[in-house]
Amino acid sequence: MILLLERRTAPSATLTFLSPILAIGITAIIGGIIFSALGLDPFKVLYLYFVEPLTSLWSIEEVIVKAAPLILIGVGLSVCFSANVWNIGAEGQLTVGALFGSAIPVYFTGWQSPSVLILMLMLGAVGGAVFAAIPALLKTRFNANEILTSLMLVYVAQLLLDWMVRGPWRDPQGYNFPQSVPFEGWQLLPTLGDGRVHVGALLAVVAAIILFFMMNQSLRGFEIRVIGSAPRAGAFAGFEEKRVIWFCFLLSGALAGLAGLCEVAGPSGQLQPTISPGYGFTAIIVAFLGRLNPVGVIFAGILLAISYLGGEAVQVEFNISNKSAQVFQGILLFLILACDTLIHYRIKIGASVVKLR
Amino acid sequence: MASHGVSVNRSNGFLLEAQNITKMFGDLRANDDVTLALEPGKIHALLGENGAGKSTLVKIIYGSLQPTKGQLVWKGQPISIASPAAARTLGIGMVFQHFSLFDSLTVLQNVALALPSEADMADLAYRIESVSHEYGLPLKSDALVANLSVGERQRIEIVRCLLQEPQFLIMDEPTAVLTPQEADRLFVTLQRLADEGCAILYISHRLEEVKRICHDATILRHGKLVARVDPKQETASSLANLMVGSEVGAVKTEKRSGGGAPMLELRGLSMPTDDPFGVALKAINISVEAGEIIAIAGVAGNGQVELFDAISGETLCKVPDMVRLAAVSCGAESITERRRRNAAFVPEERIGHSAIANFALSENVILTHHAVGKKLVRRGLINRSVAEDMNQRISKTFDVRKGKPNPNAHSLSGGNLQKFVVGREIARDPNILVINQPTWGVDAGAARVIRQALIDMAQRGAAVLVISQDLDEIFEIADRVAVISRGELSPAYPTPEMSPEKIGLLMAGAHEQTATGMAPGR
Repeated sequence: MILLLERRTAPSATLTFLSPILAIGITAIIGGIIFSALGLDPFKVLYLYFVEPLTSLWSIEEVIVKAAPLILIGVGLSVCFSANVWNIGAEGQLTVGALFGSAIPVYFTGWQSPSVLILMLMLGAVGGAVFAAIPALLKTRFNANEILTSLMLVYVAQLLLDWMVRGPWRDPQGYNFPQSVPFEGWQLLPTLGDGRVHVGALLAVVAAIILFFMMNQSLRGFEIRVIGSAPRAGAFAGFEEKRVIWFCFLLSGALAGLAGLCEVAGPSGQLQPTISPGYGFTAIIVAFLGRLNPVGVIFAGILLAISYLGGEAVQVEFNISNKSAQVFQGILLFLILACDTLIHYRIKIGASVVKLR
Repeated sequence: MASHGVSVNRSNGFLLEAQNITKMFGDLRANDDVTLALEPGKIHALLGENGAGKSTLVKIIYGSLQPTKGQLVWKGQPISIASPAAARTLGIGMVFQHFSLFDSLTVLQNVALALPSEADMADLAYRIESVSHEYGLPLKSDALVANLSVGERQRIEIVRCLLQEPQFLIMDEPTAVLTPQEADRLFVTLQRLADEGCAILYISHRLEEVKRICHDATILRHGKLVARVDPKQETASSLANLMVGSEVGAVKTEKRSGGGAPMLELRGLSMPTDDPFGVALKAINISVEAGEIIAIAGVAGNGQVELFDAISGETLCKVPDMVRLAAVSCGAESITERRRRNAAFVPEERIGHSAIANFALSENVILTHHAVGKKLVRRGLINRSVAEDMNQRISKTFDVRKGKPNPNAHSLSGGNLQKFVVGREIARDPNILVINQPTWGVDAGAARVIRQALIDMAQRGAAVLVISQDLDEIFEIADRVAVISRGELSPAYPTPEMSPEKIGLLMAGAHEQTATGMAPGR
């Protein structure tokens, strides 16, 4: 007896919707097994992970703070992946965007005006786009695999940031800590209400809505989906694949850069050697979990933000490394991709021998 | 050596019977109580339009599908064939329409890959050459597949089957890719196999050749058995009527005026190829006038795809003057700009080139209309209701049959999708139309609709260039015929001056007949 995958005549609509839910369910089960193997009460741990972050106003605000960059980056990546453009380097684009935008408070420390914030946001987007232009150029000019180039550039960006905050941009009054001058006034994002939620969350939702309309109503969105589904038909339609590659990299890079700027001008308030707990990578999972649909990405972003918080809660409560959140995220991505197979295939049990009756 | 000593006991002389086969896919009855009986030594034709259930029946016999009801009987014994491997073990071989060969491997390596166990390569090479020679299918075992013609590639598939000494051979549209001369040679081989006692199931759309070589014919329509006839007693049109279920009728051809202004001109079109398996175009000249249909005949893989891409603008020419539309040099213009000059194009591949499988028909309309449909795209935004209206209009005009009003492209049968993509272009009322293999793999009913549409376009004064492998089609619709071979194009001759033999010689290219009588390489 062997298990066979049989191609469905049409993709299953039910499973398109159900697949991420199924993946989340199996992830919880596998997580539970891992925690009980560690001698912990799996229900308690899963509760801390996925439910407790939603039980207080403080933690809900924290979820929004963490979801904002995930959504901002995730919607850009969902456009990329729809075009079969594999930008894996959003973490690097985030870092360079943060560096570009921080140039203003670092060099013009005393400058205070609303235009400072606008300029910083614009520079953040430009920085991310410029850094994303490198894999785009390598891809379109030399046909270099963008998965490798964009991923490797992440480490370049992180080392660049590390050097900047320890070297040229270190705060002279910072007691030699590796960090920039603290941002002040218009160099910081305005918060919504009294808590830590800042306008980055609004930017994320606005970006998701705009991209949702772009993908579904505009010729540009159609072009992106055509190139992603059938490049030959795209050429026949008169669409240029290279133009789509450039567009996707610049768009997703700009959004990642904006997310980076929002981190340093929001929760951090200054440049530090580490400005993101891997938002750029987690956003890849967010994009897939959201079905590459910008509105779906909003929900997926919130879910993954919860898992970050849950990771911290479990660390405090049970003394487990908060890397366990990344383990969870990895299992989740793996299972989403596995469950997606069921959209196009059904499992069949087959025999491989001749039967004579 | 293929089939000596076929013993057929207790079986009324039948080697294989498919009894009352019913196969359901959901609610669709792909096969409905079909019975088929094959005798050793006979060539049995399986006829039917696309979607009639031929492939389903063959897949059941070859073990890739299991019947919902009914049973198979092999030499008088009921049997279930669980997989193609099981079918091969029994002695059933199949030559597919689409070859499964690796271009970058040799003939010997390709054959060895398909054999169930590890074979001694030297011995296998000897067997390939001796079997291929014995059956008049000469092959060199160390030749690289990429360098072989389509006819030679098919020989590899056939020899691969013969090495397993089949008692029953299934051939799926084997002549679709062959020149008339290559087809003749294939028929000799098939007759020889039949004379040795092998049973052959022969699937083809070409009724003339079925009449010529087949002893029996089973005809399917909408999954049901409609007739079992002796094809030699039938005419091609009576067979077609049985397949379609109504009078197919010839296309209406009135004398066209022709002789209009040249609308599509190629002037010394040359184009090198980067692809090691591609074909370079060499100084192609042709002029298609308003109100005429010119057909370009040729065996697949002789530069048709490259030629189509150069005319459509999917590959650009170095010299703008190489392609002229309506007396304007536009070899350097994109396909969109050429469409704006009121030219329309229909490529060979339906899925993935003309249309996108998982896109709705209304979205597939946008593919070729976004830059020319005035109301479809405004300020970069798509008006979906316009696209949907166009889908319905095209479907109505060209009788595109579909389950839902706006299904995804891949859920349509080949013939219906082809009617859709041809109709999509004709709906724009272009004055230049270039179409590659207009009725490839399309049933008789759909083929007639498409051919009639091409003729009607020419009668309205459009210039139509048809690239086709189907000689019947060419003689039916073309005013002039040119032949492409190894990237070179012959002059266009008036159709009445041409015969299949003459076209066949031009296909092979005068200089390409080798000592062994092999077909042209690429």
